[in-house]
Amino acid sequence: MILDSKIPEGPIAEKWEKHKFNVKLVNPANKRKYDIIVVGTGLAGASAAASLAELGYNVKAFTFHDSPRRAHSIAAQGGINAAKNYQNDGDSIFRLFYDTVKGGDYRAREANVYRLAQVSVNIIDQCVAQGVPFAREYGGLLANRSFGGAQVSRTFYARGQTGQQLLLGAYSALSRQVAYGKVKLYTRTEMLDVVVIDGKARGIITRNLITGEIQQHSAHAVVLATGGYGNVFYLSTNAKYSNATAAWRAHKKGALFANPCFTQIHPTCIPVSGDYQSKLTLMSESLRNDGRVWVPKEKATAERLRKGEIRVSDIAEEDRDYFLERKYPAFGNLVPRDVASRNAKMMCDEGRGVGSSGLAVFLDFADAIKRNGADWVSQKYGNLFDMYAKITGENPYEQPMRIYPAVHYTMGGLWVDYNLQTTVPGLYATGECNFSDHGANRLGASALMQGLADGYFVIPYTIGDYLAQTPPTPVTTQHPAFAEAEAEVRARIQQLLSINGTRTPDDFHKQLGQIMWEYCGMARNAEGLRHAKQEIQKLRQAFWSDLKLVGTSEELNQALEKAGRVADFLELGELMVDDALDRNESCGGHFREEYQTPEGEALRDDDNYAYVAAWQYTGDNQPEVLIKEDLQFENVKLTQRSYK
Amino acid sequence: MAGSNPNAKPMNLTLKVWRQKNRNADGQIVDYQVKDISPEMSFLEMLDVLNEDLLRRGDDPVAFDHDCREGICGSCNLFINGRAHGPEAGTTTCQLHMRKFSDGDTITIEPWRANAFPVNKDLSVDRSAFDRIIQAGGYVSVNTGGVPDGNEIPIPKDIADRAFEAATCIACGACVAACKNASAMLFVSAKVSQLALLPQGQVERKTRVENMVAQMDKEGFGACSNIGSCAAECPVGISLENIAILNREFLSAKATSNNLA
Ligand SMILES: Cc1cc2nc3c(=O)[nH]c(=O)nc-3n(C[C@H](O)[C@H](O)[C@H](O)COP(=O)(O)OP(=O)(O)OC[C@H]3O[C@@H](n4cnc5c(N)ncnc54)[C@H](O)[C@@H]3O)c2cc1C
Ligand code: SF4
Ligand code: FES
Repeated sequence: MILDSKIPEGPIAEKWEKHKFNVKLVNPANKRKYDIIVVGTGLAGASAAASLAELGYNVKAFTFHDSPRRAHSIAAQGGINAAKNYQNDGDSIFRLFYDTVKGGDYRAREANVYRLAQVSVNIIDQCVAQGVPFAREYGGLLANRSFGGAQVSRTFYARGQTGQQLLLGAYSALSRQVAYGKVKLYTRTEMLDVVVIDGKARGIITRNLITGEIQQHSAHAVVLATGGYGNVFYLSTNAKYSNATAAWRAHKKGALFANPCFTQIHPTCIPVSGDYQSKLTLMSESLRNDGRVWVPKEKATAERLRKGEIRVSDIAEEDRDYFLERKYPAFGNLVPRDVASRNAKMMCDEGRGVGSSGLAVFLDFADAIKRNGADWVSQKYGNLFDMYAKITGENPYEQPMRIYPAVHYTMGGLWVDYNLQTTVPGLYATGECNFSDHGANRLGASALMQGLADGYFVIPYTIGDYLAQTPPTPVTTQHPAFAEAEAEVRARIQQLLSINGTRTPDDFHKQLGQIMWEYCGMARNAEGLRHAKQEIQKLRQAFWSDLKLVGTSEELNQALEKAGRVADFLELGELMVDDALDRNESCGGHFREEYQTPEGEALRDDDNYAYVAAWQYTGDNQPEVLIKEDLQFENVKLTQRSYK
Repeated sequence: MAGSNPNAKPMNLTLKVWRQKNRNADGQIVDYQVKDISPEMSFLEMLDVLNEDLLRRGDDPVAFDHDCREGICGSCNLFINGRAHGPEAGTTTCQLHMRKFSDGDTITIEPWRANAFPVNKDLSVDRSAFDRIIQAGGYVSVNTGGVPDGNEIPIPKDIADRAFEAATCIACGACVAACKNASAMLFVSAKVSQLALLPQGQVERKTRVENMVAQMDKEGFGACSNIGSCAAECPVGISLENIAILNREFLSAKATSNNLA
């Protein structure tokens, strides 16, 4: 198979305009003859479903949540980027494009990123028109803040709840189309397979999570906006229900999966407090503007601290190692996410970590409080300090916060071309579910931008091009492929229910998470990865022979739902390991210990690895086949990132 | 291995949990013992421990709703010892931690009780009525594209801030559960206020409030008797002022209605 990314000809700044002119259009009267399925109602899905319905298509929208408004997008805190240059500080579409490609460590497709930067400005206008209450200046105009990896102030925000407000905007647009009857909404309904007929996506199979009813749904095209797969690691900042099943099922039906090993580890999360831990909570990156990161200089001091023999205040200033400031004097505590995370891990590996587990470093606001007062700190970070106190029971005004890196975002995902179409015609992927725009590392405030760009401004054009070439004759569920797919889904559920072993789905999931975190997390090496592959295979066998479930499929059965998702994570995890093994270089979130500079920084290999690794499923327990999409950089010069 | 407090003593608790097979079945309170609960755990992690235990023993785990476990998605919704989201003010169930309880405590856990929120199973209820209220008018009718530049709609900072405050409602339904009439006024008022305050919301201001209130009534929520239990239990601090705004909006809309029906 040869991957055709369908990048339009011409100068980068003109590609999207030209493409929009060249795509085929469906005439307004014909649009109502086409059915489109959108799976997922987060930012990417809700925006797509609403926009497509406004155009006149018949949309069916699916979510496993009880309401579209509960999608994981709701939890995004910090903000959304857009190249508005409202601050007159030198921002431009090209600069946002440049920062994103560089931030992604040169593993993203230039043309897609440029388009993202172009439409970013429309997103803000759209959201304002919907009534999204962005932060404002006293003059009544929109406010901005700065974020990591950029030297301009281009991040729009709604206090610490930007994702919530953007999602509620998209949800309101979606709700309006539901009221008009143009969107039929299926909540608490989980997609369990894609139906492919003559090589084209023609529908999905779903399970109603309340009644257990299995249903077939047909359409002329299917859009997956089902989010990321960070929960492969069990512990992550993702919501508990975030999972990979939709994307993984699509993968097994022919959609290539790109760069699965590119995961982002966020440096500032509240550390694990016990083995009952069910998820990790992010503390916004903005804290690193005023907090100083440190650990004790001596291992022995750290040990005594962990045992409770001494207190933080007993450690003299000269016995503290502000390791980021020491190693990266130019950027200090504000180095990018991957660098900050890796260094925290190094300190803990050296035995200098804090907290009773030793898996934490300090984020200290004592200087900021001394300098500006506790009130100032509270005004800026009050809600984060409160959240920290609620979770840990400690007062961060009086003692430093303990933080540790945690899995946060997955840059990898379903491979898509410039039109956001997967390798299965008629099957599209948007938002975090696809791999498209962030290369090997995503910059803060760019995921919200991408989800809404895809849904509001890209897919409405590109899906029309496909539909215009598809006859408007109704697609029904009569074709035997529907019955076959349904039978497969049912058989799988029955198989899960009939194992009758001893271990719970969570038990397997936790163990998988430990393997992934240990060997395919912040730092990886070939030996560890090979070991992980074997461990995952063993675990998968154990899963299919020793899983414990109760009850039936004809009821609300949350353990059964979980089991199906864990089964898919167990397969995806192995592919992540394969991908990490293949990529003999370090780039962005992928740090291979064998490939580093003498100072311990990531060492890219542009000659051999400037490609997208797209994996093709070839059958159960068969090795996946690697297909490469070579990346061309015509507008950005490849350089080694340095933050010294 | 509690991170912050190595001396925190594990607790043993008695749970009295509402079990109900499905929407049509009768439910009952069932007692469970949970042991060695760390005070560092969240309330939902404590329930995870119970559920793992039940499943291992071959019993049906307790169904409950949750997702973000960060207090923002609005999924979690437990009625704990007679209070929506439990004993800690301004806190969702998922953000409640076991250090608020003591060894030997008995904790009663029930679902939201309201006619408009039928029980799906155990502690999980159906809150789709909230979605239908929003569908009735909780939006500004703009299509994608063709909108003015964001800065062409200047909004005074204090208005934007107030609209934001109202917009932070997470649709958890605690206000309904806390109200003896099971009224949804606080939820509806939050959306009505947000859009009534903003210039973008002016065009549809009257029809919006009328349609949303009509849908609220149709869903079977009770009337508001101005006691304020809703705001007292709201985890994100949606204020009663919004209900005053809603009432005002509703009366003035009725007086000069554009609705022909
Ligand atoms: C704590 C946190 C903070 C963040 N902060 C920021 C930030 O400040 N700025 C930023 O840009 N990004 C941020 N991000 C990243 C960003 O929030 C996400 O990448 C983005 O919201 C993903 O949106 P989405 O629409 O692609 O997916 P999601 O919002 O995850 O939505 C997925 C949807 O798919 C549905 N779904 C999934 N599978 C199925 C299935 N099988 N059947 C039916 N439905 C299904 C779900 O129900 C849901 O509706 C943050 C992420 C986290 C975890
Ligand atoms: S008003 Fe408060 S209590 Fe009611 S649904 Fe909204 S957030 Fe929950
Ligand atoms: S689980 Fe999301 S608010 Fe509690």
